[in-house]
Amino acid sequence: MPTKVVMEALSPTMEEGRLVEWKKAEGDAVATGDVLAEVETDKAVMELVARADGTLLKRVVGEGDTVPVAEVVGWIGEAGEEIPGGGAAAPAGDAKAEAPTPEAPKAEAPKPEAPKAEAPQAAPAAAPARAEGERIKASPVARRIADERGLDLGQIAGSGPEGRIIKRDVESAASAPAAAPALVASGFQDVALSQMRKAIARRLVQSIGPIPTFYLTAEVDMERAAEARAALLARDPDGKFSFNDIIIRATAAALRRHSFVNAWWMDDRIRQWHDVHIGVAVAIDEGLITPIVRHADRKGLREIATEVRELAGRARAKRLQPEEYTGATFTISNLGMFGIDDFTAIINPPEVGILAVGRIEPKPVVVDGAVVVRRRMRMTLSCDHRVIDGATGAQFLQTLVGMLENPLAMVL
Amino acid sequence: MATLTYRDALNAALREEMARDGDVYLMGEEVAEYNGAYKVSRGLLDEFGPTRVVDTPIAELGFAGIGVGSAMTGLRPVIEMMTWNFALLAIDQIVNVAAKIRYMSGGQFGCPIVFRGPGGAALQLGAQHSQAFESWYAHIPGLKVVMPATPADAKGLLKSAIRDDDPVVFIEGEMLYNQKGEVPDEEYLTPIGEADIKRPGRDATIVCHSKTVAPALKAAKTLEDDGIDCEVLDLRTIRPLDTAAILRSVAKTNRLVIAEEGWGFAGVGAQVADLVQREAFDDLDAPIRRVHQADVPMPYNKHLEKAAKADAGGIVSAVRAVCYRD
Repeated sequence: MPTKVVMEALSPTMEEGRLVEWKKAEGDAVATGDVLAEVETDKAVMELVARADGTLLKRVVGEGDTVPVAEVVGWIGEAGEEIPGGGAAAPAGDAKAEAPTPEAPKAEAPKPEAPKAEAPQAAPAAAPARAEGERIKASPVARRIADERGLDLGQIAGSGPEGRIIKRDVESAASAPAAAPALVASGFQDVALSQMRKAIARRLVQSIGPIPTFYLTAEVDMERAAEARAALLARDPDGKFSFNDIIIRATAAALRRHSFVNAWWMDDRIRQWHDVHIGVAVAIDEGLITPIVRHADRKGLREIATEVRELAGRARAKRLQPEEYTGATFTISNLGMFGIDDFTAIINPPEVGILAVGRIEPKPVVVDGAVVVRRRMRMTLSCDHRVIDGATGAQFLQTLVGMLENPLAMVL
Repeated sequence: MATLTYRDALNAALREEMARDGDVYLMGEEVAEYNGAYKVSRGLLDEFGPTRVVDTPIAELGFAGIGVGSAMTGLRPVIEMMTWNFALLAIDQIVNVAAKIRYMSGGQFGCPIVFRGPGGAALQLGAQHSQAFESWYAHIPGLKVVMPATPADAKGLLKSAIRDDDPVVFIEGEMLYNQKGEVPDEEYLTPIGEADIKRPGRDATIVCHSKTVAPALKAAKTLEDDGIDCEVLDLRTIRPLDTAAILRSVAKTNRLVIAEEGWGFAGVGAQVADLVQREAFDDLDAPIRRVHQADVPMPYNKHLEKAAKADAGGIVSAVRAVCYRD
């Protein structure tokens, strides 16, 4: 029996995908793992690979078409095999007609249980809404698979009756490319919520919304940073160090010293990350995405500069892998290149802070009692008040300003 | 391989075993002169004579008792019940004597006897003649209950039943007798107690036996178009039950539907469901579903009878339910 090729959930939040381009023609021999097509998800262009060996019998979906996750986009089987529901199967391509089409791997082919249009399919990894303390309903085999693969049933939406988590739910959760691997390698410390923190969290949420945000703005003298940048560029004419790279590096160094800002709000606890992974907001055609500079505190400026350029380039081309844009511990958004003086950025939960960076411009300022012209930059830290208090946020910003005004402090 | 009807496959099994062992004889209503009510014993009187192919009066309890007695003294009788509905009259001999004599005599007497005939419903035979009794007999320690669905299984299993040293309840089907199938030319025995995968599949297991095997295969074919790949497991023997085969299949598919001809209450499916929930709990992705006759005496009215019977449509619905597809 032929095996279906279905639109897979290629990002944690993907509900539908646009088939950009077929990489195999009908009649081509395919092996498990071969790239069949390129699919545009809500985040990037990803590869849809074969889950069975055989011949691509039929391309059901045309290039440019958008179909929901789990919908059939094609069929793999033995050359000339009938496709359920009619439709002529393609013969094997001439050159590959003699290529063996092994029987055995069929057993490992994905189960053809992907429902057709009428059957609801929960988007994998969609965070389920369950009341606190509510029992998670899951079929026995779903529990067993989740246990074997270390999946948290609490994070999986059930598509069975009354939200029961069934086998297909855990399997799609398991196959969804999660940000987890990179993060699991990262250490963190969970801090229990003190009664005071709980009270602050409870009352502020009542007051201002789900993420009680406040803003701290500071103006930085960028003269020394500009000098340092010029010196580096003079030494390395091929180097491409931007101010933003310096800000990333300085922010990473500051986050190391202020772990309360390098953290996630986990509802019942605060997770302080041991490593610093900085998301850098990149504007793309349809919106923005935040590729991540991992371990930014441990990387040199040259490395950061190269990486940011490479990530931003692929972000604009929509070629980022999900693990490259999920799992940041803090985010920086820079609108200086658009001539913005200052602005406030919106926190990307579960992160607890985001830094909004404005343009660098010469301004008259008073230095040692005299008005002089200096290059100045304004930046605003958005803080989740459940985690960061005014003083905590201010101290972080103070450290950051200090590093930018005296770049040598970064190596301390 | 020759293509034989189910009835001719049984006939071949009887002929081969009677030729092989002089202790084997056939007894029942109309088995000799009339060649059997369903022609299963055609030609046997001519071939083996009236001492080994014996017509009886309409007296099920009596000839069942004669059969049991002769088995206790060393013969290997095959007792034909014109239908298992008539065997209700003989059930005291089957349950109270045949099933228990080895135990109650401390092993001094065995009872190598086969009771055979068609069971369940056919078409418009009325409430008293349309009953599936396999769960009654399977309830009794000391009895083996065998129910082949195909000509090849019918031949191989009847030969095994005749050679078995304990009483075997061998339930055929009036609606099966004309069914054709390939039967190996060379001699073979089909072991009692082994289920058979009639169709391999990955998404759901349909456990069935006897007259529900064909509807199960039909349902599997229908479900193929929905992308549901069913495994059809034919029990072939109800007791001893092939528990390993059932558990192996459920471990593979995670979903189970059990189809049987008779009523659901305390039926074969109840026993299988008990096994699976206990031994394969962690393999299940959905509650087990059962397909069986409606819980009423079989109606005589043609349309009501059809509505009361377990059929392929009922199996399709149950499989869709366990696959969360309805």
